[in-house]
Amino acid sequence: MNTLIGNSKDSIISRLREDIGLMEGYKPPCTSLRHISGLEDIETAFRNNIFPTGAIHEFICLKNEHTAATTGFISGILAVVMQHAGVCLWVSTNRRLFATALSTFNAIPDNIIFILVDREKEVLWATEEGLKCKGIAAVVAEVKNLTFMQSRRLQLAVEVSNATGFIVRSDAAKLSATACTARWQIIPQPSKTEAGLPGIGFPRWQVELLKARNGRPGKWIVEWSANSFNIITEQHKHQYTQDDIRKAG
Amino acid sequence: MAKRYMSIWFPYLTTDWLTVKQPVLHGLPIIFTAKDHGRLMITAANPESEKQGIFPGSTAADAKATVANLQIFDDIPGKAVQLLTAIGEWSIRFTPFVAIDAPNGLILDISGCSHLWSGEEPYFANILNKLRSRGYVTYGAIADTIGTAWAIARFGKGSRIIEPSGHAAALMPLPPSALRLESEILERLRKVGFRTIGSFIGIKRSALRRRFGEQLLQRMDQALGTTYERIIPLQPQAPFEVRLPCLEPIRNAAGIEIALQKLLSMLCKRLQHEGKGLRTAILKCYRVDHRTIQVAINTSKASRNITHLFKLFELKIVQIEPDLGLELFVLEATQVEDLIAAQEAIWSAEYHSIESPEVAQLADRITGKFSNAVVCRYLPQEHYWPERSLKAYSSLTEKPATNWHKRPRPTQLLAKPEPIKVTVQVPDYPPMLFIYKNELHNIKKADGPERIEREWWLEDGEIRDYYIVEDEYGQRYWVFRSGHYTSDREALWYLHGYFA
Repeated sequence: MNTLIGNSKDSIISRLREDIGLMEGYKPPCTSLRHISGLEDIETAFRNNIFPTGAIHEFICLKNEHTAATTGFISGILAVVMQHAGVCLWVSTNRRLFATALSTFNAIPDNIIFILVDREKEVLWATEEGLKCKGIAAVVAEVKNLTFMQSRRLQLAVEVSNATGFIVRSDAAKLSATACTARWQIIPQPSKTEAGLPGIGFPRWQVELLKARNGRPGKWIVEWSANSFNIITEQHKHQYTQDDIRKAG
Repeated sequence: MAKRYMSIWFPYLTTDWLTVKQPVLHGLPIIFTAKDHGRLMITAANPESEKQGIFPGSTAADAKATVANLQIFDDIPGKAVQLLTAIGEWSIRFTPFVAIDAPNGLILDISGCSHLWSGEEPYFANILNKLRSRGYVTYGAIADTIGTAWAIARFGKGSRIIEPSGHAAALMPLPPSALRLESEILERLRKVGFRTIGSFIGIKRSALRRRFGEQLLQRMDQALGTTYERIIPLQPQAPFEVRLPCLEPIRNAAGIEIALQKLLSMLCKRLQHEGKGLRTAILKCYRVDHRTIQVAINTSKASRNITHLFKLFELKIVQIEPDLGLELFVLEATQVEDLIAAQEAIWSAEYHSIESPEVAQLADRITGKFSNAVVCRYLPQEHYWPERSLKAYSSLTEKPATNWHKRPRPTQLLAKPEPIKVTVQVPDYPPMLFIYKNELHNIKKADGPERIEREWWLEDGEIRDYYIVEDEYGQRYWVFRSGHYTSDREALWYLHGYFA
């Protein structure tokens, strides 16, 4: 009897949670969605253990170096999102992005439409239009700042269309609360070369999930190697250093 | 009802057009020339040059030798027909049946039209005066048959209006060339000694056919009216324009939206009917105070989708200032293209490609909203030089001609390489440290050099030796040394990009 009540209580609570999630604009993921290979550990931080598409992700970039790392991380995710459904929009006020590099992160640059506008306001307008559009899978927008109201508008747009929005913010001075599903910060980390060989290793970043709606924030070290993300665990790191020491000795 | 035809002849059509366009040339001898078998032949000459003995068909070199101030222009192929079409469309005000009579005339079927100008005399004078006042030398004639009208317009002496059923008599004194015959037949007629039409028109038909062929008989019959001559009337393309007058002046955005919806549905219905789609459209709003406000839209692909076109116009409604009110809306599609109807999908596809109409419509909306927004795609080019390795295409359907480069490239590339200060241990080694914007970066790891040469067939300049470097914080950069090391100057180093 007790267990029965307990079971029903659990199920009621979980059902209520789902309902609240729906009200908050957090849709249960489509069954056809794919996991992002290599990022399974990070995906557990989110609800249903899957990277939330059909949501707004916010990336904090303090320096150009961070923007470069963020671009790499986003294009790795874009590759998976676009594989599922088509076209991506990249809205910006500058022409910094070098499309050739996106192909190293598996994204297909020919399927990305780049939009260059003059002002921040125009970036947000184009982003919202893009997110509302049926044929667009994801929109990446590079802006300085994002107010709560602006983020809310974008969030409402994705709730209708199920597109994924990536907002790259460069001005951290006015870091206000936003309606975004997740806030990330990607910081480049020293790469590791194979057992003391010269040259530069695979791109490695510290991926920090600062805020996550319905999720747990966390911090990981991620490397892009063998055409996919790989999470570097402490154990891994340790092994490397031991190797190094042995080699050195 | 008896048929009446008018023939109009422009003996100097193209040269007159040029003189009207460039009044400076007035009174000067003008010729048009075209290349033929390696010679420059005169294709048209104006009266001033004809006075000096220059006629179409002779060589331009001879003409240049005889006349000092001769103005020579290149012949524009198709210009005569284009001018005739324009004049023909203009003369539809006189009769609904206007046909082009290449190379330099018009045929008007004026049956039952001239009474509106109270008789053929004033009608005839009205048309010729209007054309002459525009600067065209014009001759004309009215007769029962096309053949006779044509002949009188060009060869007639005396009255240009031939009374009904008087055409046969009028033809008799004219030369055989008035019958629109080939030069070969004319030559044969001349050899036999037939100087006027009257001299051979009474001869037995079988004899004429045997000597001069079927064409002579046919032309004679056409001129005399015993066979019917078919003309192809001009059909001017009606502009894609719809109008919506309003009973009460409209003063608010909601009203404009309703008007726009109505106009678009009218226009798109017609476009659908004719299998066309519009590329540019203009909405003209006539205000009560006699001012016109207009907004224009462009689409990247021909479209007749009402919702899409409405969305494009919706962005521009704010520019329309109704003031005291708008009383008339005119929507005109200024540029239309053929559009094949797409088959409607029963269910919408899950996968959207870059060519799907939604994406093109989005691009239209963005360029419509921000006039200087750039919507482009980058496609790889076969160049190693980073600035040229990709190119922006505004087309959404362009396919990449080559594969993407596989060499490591930075995710952020500076538009212009920024100079940096560098310390290098040994020449051709990666730098130990560099200073950029007063910040010191100690280099821990480095890769390179990757030498990229300029393409000598495109531009001159220094080579670049690129290094990928990583500083103590793990930040990765793309730096290069411009040019080879030389003893007489310090090497120049630049920062060109940021790696992920």
